Amino acid sequence: MPADQGVAVPTGLRRGKDRGTRALTPVPYRVVSRRRETDDVTTLSLAPVAGVAMAFRPGQFNMLTAFGVGEAAISISSAPSSSGPLEHTVRDVGTVTHSLCAARVGDLVGVRGPFGTDWGLAEVDDQVDTLHTLGGTTHAHLRGDVVVVAGGIGLAPLRGAVYELLARRSHDGGGVVVCVGARDPSQIVFRDDLEEWTRAGAEVSVTVDVSAPGWTGHVGLVTSVLGDAHFDPSRTTALVCGPEIMMRFTARALTDRGMDPGRIRVSLERNMQCGVAWCGHCQLGPFLLCRDGPVLPYAGIVAHLLTEPER
Amino acid sequence: MTKELAQLVAGHPLLAGLPGDAVATVAGCARNMAFSPGALLLAEGDPADTLYLVRRGRVAIEVHSPGRGQIVIETVGPGAVVGWSWLVPPYRWHFDARAIDPVGAIAVDGACLRQKAEADPALGYALMKRVAAILLERLQMTRVRVLDLYGDDGAR
Repeated sequence: MPADQGVAVPTGLRRGKDRGTRALTPVPYRVVSRRRETDDVTTLSLAPVAGVAMAFRPGQFNMLTAFGVGEAAISISSAPSSSGPLEHTVRDVGTVTHSLCAARVGDLVGVRGPFGTDWGLAEVDDQVDTLHTLGGTTHAHLRGDVVVVAGGIGLAPLRGAVYELLARRSHDGGGVVVCVGARDPSQIVFRDDLEEWTRAGAEVSVTVDVSAPGWTGHVGLVTSVLGDAHFDPSRTTALVCGPEIMMRFTARALTDRGMDPGRIRVSLERNMQCGVAWCGHCQLGPFLLCRDGPVLPYAGIVAHLLTEPER
Repeated sequence: MTKELAQLVAGHPLLAGLPGDAVATVAGCARNMAFSPGALLLAEGDPADTLYLVRRGRVAIEVHSPGRGQIVIETVGPGAVVGWSWLVPPYRWHFDARAIDPVGAIAVDGACLRQKAEADPALGYALMKRVAAILLERLQMTRVRVLDLYGDDGAR
């Protein structure tokens, strides 16, 4: 089946815009600061050379150009409400990402985007128990909990979402649980943010697969800390990003706890190139992930795609 | 055996839902214990004689490596079970288990429990099903960790 025929837009998740050829032209941004997260992960703060920074939603990605080298799809790791520069967190795994990680303050980087679907936070916040009156007493509605599960650099596209959730929920309830898995303690990204989220009221758990001298935190798979997390499965939405096997096991652990698969959202990635659903490089089953993804509901075909070998 | 201990045993996830007489049988082999941070619950090479049902605090499963010191393989928390080697010969611990925090645990005498399970196969089978479920979960988690998900192949 052609990728753009007969495919239902995932419920509640806005499809990326079809913006035509303008979206194919990189806009020059300047690196205003850089922060080393781990030995191979760097966060670049970018400001537009002219005009104002783009608007975006948490979970979306940009195509970043290392001029003269190439382009790579990189998640936006800052929060839309942040007044600071646009942040992208890059793992050095290839020629383009190596060049981006090596960018110095003052260097120019091309930016195209934002592309794709977002975490759908507006819909998450709408998922509240119905306001009701019993015996003349009006019961306050309960905002649902949100569980954020990230593996490795998968925390990057979730970082902005956590900030948005904590800001929105500071006054009207709804728990925010953040479970982070990493290979070893040296690979934990956004350590300052994790502490800040804890201070802001989030329940934050970090686990590593392999311990190291001096590490006193949890050791084990991310699903093991998920099992101890405090949330009500019947009114919880989960946002999951990481290696696909990790997302699959996480989704199973969540459904085993009683969560509706339709309220589990995962971020998928393939070879994003054009960003506007023209080239087809990012096709996964019926989806063109640069437009229909990266964020999709786990239920149904996505659960199937995460299990079946690709053809 | 105190009524309080029987309630603690019944409240642990491993035994939740077991009939009262089965819980009483297990509780008859149990005692309540507390460990300070850093204290060993069990040590590699020692006779394996106890099943620990963790009630509070975290426990690190460790192994000593010459030149590297103690390596933490896994940490477990409240509701977890520590110690399996009392189940099968030669009944020796293969790893260390150390309290990270102040740990409260129900210590069940392994030989006593084996004896009661042999005498009451229905109890033995009920216990083995629960133990097998936890062992399977641990095995699956270990297998996934062996994949090195966050390594270069799993990079996103």
